[in-house]
Amino acid sequence: MTVAALELDGVRKNFGLTEIIRGVDLAIEKGERHAIIGPNGAGKSTLFHLISGKYDKTEGRIRLNGEDVTDLPPYEINRRGLSRSFQITNIFPRLSVFENIRCGLLWSQQYRYCFWKLVDNQRDLNDRAMAVLEEIGLADRAETPAGVLTYAEQRGLEIGITIAGGAGVIMLDEPTAGMSHSETEQAVELIRRVTVGKTLVMVEHDMGVVFNLADRISVLVYGEIIATDTPANIRANKAVQEAYLGVTDDAVEGVA
Amino acid sequence: MSTATPLGLALADRRLPGGQIGLWLGALVIVLLLPLLFNSPVAVTIMNQMGISIVFALSYNMLLGQGGMLSFGHAVFFGLGGFMAMHVINIIEFEELYIPLPVVPFIGGLFGMGFAIIVGSFSTRRAGTVFAMISLGVGELVAACSIIFVAFFGGEEGISGDRTMGPPVFGYEFLTEIEVYYLTAVVVFVTALLMYLFSRTPAGRMANAVRDNDERAEFVGYSQRMVRFISFVASGFFAGAAGGLFAINYEILTEENLNLVTSGGVLLMAYIGGIGFFIGPIVGAILLTLLQTVLSNHTELWQLYVGILFVLTVMYVPRGLTGLIMMHGIAFKTRRLGLLIVPYLKVGMPLAVALFGFVTLLEAGHVANAGIVGHTEFHWLGTVFDIGNMGIWALGLVCLLAGGYGTWHQSSQVREAWHAANDMTAGEGTS
Ligand SMILES: Nc1ncnc2c1ncn2[C@@H]1O[C@H](COP(=O)(O)OP(=O)(O)OP(=O)(O)O)[C@@H](O)[C@H]1O
Ligand SMILES: [Mg+2]
Repeated sequence: MTVAALELDGVRKNFGLTEIIRGVDLAIEKGERHAIIGPNGAGKSTLFHLISGKYDKTEGRIRLNGEDVTDLPPYEINRRGLSRSFQITNIFPRLSVFENIRCGLLWSQQYRYCFWKLVDNQRDLNDRAMAVLEEIGLADRAETPAGVLTYAEQRGLEIGITIAGGAGVIMLDEPTAGMSHSETEQAVELIRRVTVGKTLVMVEHDMGVVFNLADRISVLVYGEIIATDTPANIRANKAVQEAYLGVTDDAVEGVA
Repeated sequence: MSTATPLGLALADRRLPGGQIGLWLGALVIVLLLPLLFNSPVAVTIMNQMGISIVFALSYNMLLGQGGMLSFGHAVFFGLGGFMAMHVINIIEFEELYIPLPVVPFIGGLFGMGFAIIVGSFSTRRAGTVFAMISLGVGELVAACSIIFVAFFGGEEGISGDRTMGPPVFGYEFLTEIEVYYLTAVVVFVTALLMYLFSRTPAGRMANAVRDNDERAEFVGYSQRMVRFISFVASGFFAGAAGGLFAINYEILTEENLNLVTSGGVLLMAYIGGIGFFIGPIVGAILLTLLQTVLSNHTELWQLYVGILFVLTVMYVPRGLTGLIMMHGIAFKTRRLGLLIVPYLKVGMPLAVALFGFVTLLEAGHVANAGIVGHTEFHWLGTVFDIGNMGIWALGLVCLLAGGYGTWHQSSQVREAWHAANDMTAGEGTS
């Protein structure tokens, strides 16, 4: 068997005395599109924070492409090929939209902490940033400060910053939250396009999006994964229906 | 990249536009020609002081404006660079070392940078309060050390030297103020350009990103600490170079050059000028140097006026004087600046009257408060005012109240004109 893109091994997280993540084991294959679903407060975002290095782990190991990244800071994990977005929009508000994307590109394009090259002279870098902007449909907003974009535009930019560097593992936390129907459809197409050949892990409440995009689904309830399987099997899973899908039966039917 | 669309190609070529290169060249020409216009020794001295302040304030803004680091102890790097430069000047004299004077500011810079590496290694972990407190602590610490380590700091009287003992540069020995002006001008130009270029490098761009959102920067591969550290070290270099210029100009360095008062002064310069713009600190440095040198000749209260200016800036124009000018960009582009002239004049006149009243009362109050027997006069606008004359007080009060009322009365017109001039939905103005 090949090495998993992402592997969680008995991961736990306590906040004080409260156990929020209560032992998660999960292996996501390279090239897989994996959705994590679960009720509000189940710990989905917390799990993202643990994987991406924002939070320290109380227990357990996390491997990225076989390498142990459990105790690495976020920037080290990012440099090893994992890029994530945030549920609550997290951008550089005073920088232009173009610069937001360019910041997402700099490290992956080997510029590191360079202070002897001018960014404006880097043709290839700027072309790439422009290409990402066109991909996310914000090319005509390139020079606008990111802070004044509309909510939907900021969500698009959030995805843009995440995918710009071309990381092999992309993690999106509720990328379509708060979007209208048509915006959601566009976002799904965008996510599908930019994650071809990559590993995608996403948290999503919109069952339409989940069953449309995901190869496999994990269901997280109270900090535990109660099932990981294909969309068809998840839909048929009794435990899942009881714990979670029961309340959104209509949504599931709607997709089926 | 071959996949880029025509639009991408058009926008992706973002090299320094010709206009910017022209701006820098224009600035250089102006700087070199200034002494022809202002050639009195006093004027040249003031311009030299401006140059020193410009480099210092720009280096400060690498931290505050560009990197989001509020420092209360930046004078430490200025002072240490200056002391080192002073020592180098003395070594040049007594050891007959062959170091041309224009190199000395950069040696000061390297020393400031060295100290910034030490301080930055622990102070740049976080921005915000922690950074500010550490900068204050280090500032206090170094100021205290300057009294203790007499060998380096020269104790209370500081250290001094003679800049003219080095090897001549193109025949110049820097005996006169004007020769020092050209040396200062060249160093100011070079360091300002370097600081600008730094802001356009990956490290400089990420400094802005970390300022905006340090958490997000970590998720695109950058350690916020390292990004801040690099800016901090670069800033230390340029502050030290400014200190070196000071050493050359004044040939003496004392504790005053690195204490918290000087640190506060550079904060004022950057903030009043506008920390959100590259030229903001330049504007602030020029203005505050003018106030410091010219105003201080006329009134003992000049620091009070600077303080009031600072408070007003913080409250009403947080983007600084440069921001105030830049605000007029839209009106300028749509050629509707004309709409604002008359309302500005209408509000400007009562404002000037109010200001006159305010200053008259303050100065009169100051003389009265000093209570020196036989000293009851002050000079203001070429006139002698005697506080024994009750009319002076009445005049001040009436001007303040009437002018204040007039200003308030006219301000609504300015607001309306402002909206009209900046209304993006209206067509182009005809004026
Ligand atoms: N820093 C923290 N300190 C203490 N408790 C926290 C912290 N972060 C999250 N929690 C708690 O952990 C639980 C899981 O939160 P989390 O944000 O991971 O849920 P989620 O599954 O992403 O929910 P949602 O669907 O609403 O986004 C919640 O009960 C939350 O209150
Ligand atoms: Mg969440």
